[in-house]
Amino acid sequence: MSALLEIDNVTLRFGGVVAVNQVSFNVEEGEVFALVGPNGAGKSTLFNLISRIYDPAEGDIRFDGESILGKAPHDIARLGIARTFQNIELFEQATVMQNLLVGRHRHRKSNMWTELAFTPFVRAEERRHREAIEKVIDFLDLQAYRDKYIAGLPYGVRKVVEMGRALAIEPRLLLLDEPASGLSVEETQDVAFWVEDIKKQMGITVLMVEHDMHLVSAVSDRVLALADGQMLSIGKPHEVQNDPRVIEAYIGVSDEKQEVPA
Amino acid sequence: MRTVFKTSYDADINLFRHGAQRGWYILLLVVMLVLPLGVSSFAIGEMTNLLIWSIACMGLMILVGQTGQASLGHAAFLAIGCYANVLLQERLGLPFILSFPLAGLIAGIAGALIARPMTKLHGIYLAIGTLAIAILVDDFIVIAAPLTNGVIGLFAPDIDIFGLSFNRYANPERLYYLILGITLLVVLAYRNLQRSPLGRSFAAIRDSEISAQAMGVNVARTKAVAFGISAGITGLAGALMGHFAGIFNNETFNIIISIQLLLAIVIGGLGTIHGAFFGAAVVALLPQAISMTRDLLNQVLGGGSIAIPGLESAIFGAILIAFILFEPSGIYGRWFKIRTYFELFPFYRRDMFRRQKSYLKTERMR
Ligand SMILES: Nc1ncnc2c1ncn2[C@@H]1O[C@H](COP(=O)(O)OP(=O)(O)OP(=O)(O)O)[C@@H](O)[C@H]1O
Ligand SMILES: [Mg+2]
Repeated sequence: MSALLEIDNVTLRFGGVVAVNQVSFNVEEGEVFALVGPNGAGKSTLFNLISRIYDPAEGDIRFDGESILGKAPHDIARLGIARTFQNIELFEQATVMQNLLVGRHRHRKSNMWTELAFTPFVRAEERRHREAIEKVIDFLDLQAYRDKYIAGLPYGVRKVVEMGRALAIEPRLLLLDEPASGLSVEETQDVAFWVEDIKKQMGITVLMVEHDMHLVSAVSDRVLALADGQMLSIGKPHEVQNDPRVIEAYIGVSDEKQEVPA
Repeated sequence: MRTVFKTSYDADINLFRHGAQRGWYILLLVVMLVLPLGVSSFAIGEMTNLLIWSIACMGLMILVGQTGQASLGHAAFLAIGCYANVLLQERLGLPFILSFPLAGLIAGIAGALIARPMTKLHGIYLAIGTLAIAILVDDFIVIAAPLTNGVIGLFAPDIDIFGLSFNRYANPERLYYLILGITLLVVLAYRNLQRSPLGRSFAAIRDSEISAQAMGVNVARTKAVAFGISAGITGLAGALMGHFAGIFNNETFNIIISIQLLLAIVIGGLGTIHGAFFGAAVVALLPQAISMTRDLLNQVLGGGSIAIPGLESAIFGAILIAFILFEPSGIYGRWFKIRTYFELFPFYRRDMFRRQKSYLKTERMR
């Protein structure tokens, strides 16, 4: 059986910068896989490659055994890959509910004409979408914010809404770009529980970028460490944490990031 | 700000948020229905004109307010709708009830086709691109003189539905009711759009193309659809403008009209149906208001008639600048705040609508 996501020898350059350099790894169905590495390591760029925002210079990306390089960016959600963004890309002038409902776009069955007339079929579909959204709202405890506009929400809630919107897609693979950055200790706790539940209860595979090593070791099955686009180490969380090359990469950077592996 | 206790998903899906809201709109409709009984036929004509402008503003609002795309070329779609409607009647002998929706469809298809190559453009470039469309359509009308009668223009026949004729002068209230009905249908379609997946994908594109795309929204196609629906509704307004004016040529739909439309929806309040109506009211009634003030001034000052060329545009521009500076959310935004003030009295806080600090968006992703 092939892995759910296969990154096969992928390289991407931005001018002179090699943002991703011959990276290969597999994400197996049902696991939580974490990407770690100092700033500028190429983690988000890898996400953007999977989202088809960029074309790799070399290599192949396969989902469920099939190359996605021929797909348009908007086809990726339909395949069952959902994502969040490091800098939160929500629909600001819309409510939480409307944001989550956009996540249901993949499941849209009505067309322009039936929607303009709002036929009974469209109404029935809307009810169905709301039911699905209600499950996500319950799961993430967003009840209090259902009809609030994003523009007025605090940072922590926005992060959760973005995760909810990705879940509304009902994906097979969930890409989380720094789900806990900027969150309080309690909020990070919540994220840890949610990731566990997403994996165990919903059966969704998670690929996650995260700087918080406590969170990474708590939830992930396997970890890949990157630095300057290069693969440093891959394996169980404690193995990667104790890999001398990884320690060197973090200390070598010596910036404000305090998640230096112990 | 009333709290609505929702007991079913339909509470979110229904047209009105609560019974009181429905009550207000029914009252408004009743007022609109009895209005022609009490006023002069001149006033009925002004009301009709306002409704036609409202349809045009809703058309543009779907594109600018809902989808976040600029257009300085919407006079082109007014023109396409207007010419298509009259030509279908005159050349093919179609009745109004066929030519009118077909005119909207033709304008809509034209809009979608023209938009397709422009969906990659943003902001000022899109504005310039759409401006070019307006210029091209203007030129085309002049060049295609055998069809359009060039700068001399065309006469629009009276609207005729199953032998019933609608003329602005002969039976103004009949025309008013017809156009009121059409306006209501457009409002309904607009509301339906807002509460269904397509409308949400428009809003998604407006707020973040990158994540709309990640949600599976085909950004280029959805923009083209938005252009199409917008141009289609604008085309319907154009067809009505033709009948209302009685005679039209390429100048009827010049670039100033495009700009006025855009200004109207900004002044009215972007992104809302209310805004389209408020904006239309400003555009449709401003010339009257100005000439009335002028007459009044003349009486008071006793001088000869003051004629200042360009006064209308200047006042319009001043109003726009005032709104952008003091109330970017338009007349509807101001109305909403005043209403909230009274609903919450005495608990209104001054900074209630102050915008929250927004977080930096990554430029790398673009
Ligand atoms: N669109 C782009 N154009 C040019 N360079 C880019 C672009 N996107 C990323 N880069 C560069 O590619 C490298 C990897 O960036 P990336 O955003 O993937 O890092 P990251 O691992 O996500 O870091 P962080 O922890 O700061 O989020 C960096 O050197 C960055 O400057
Ligand atoms: Mg990153």
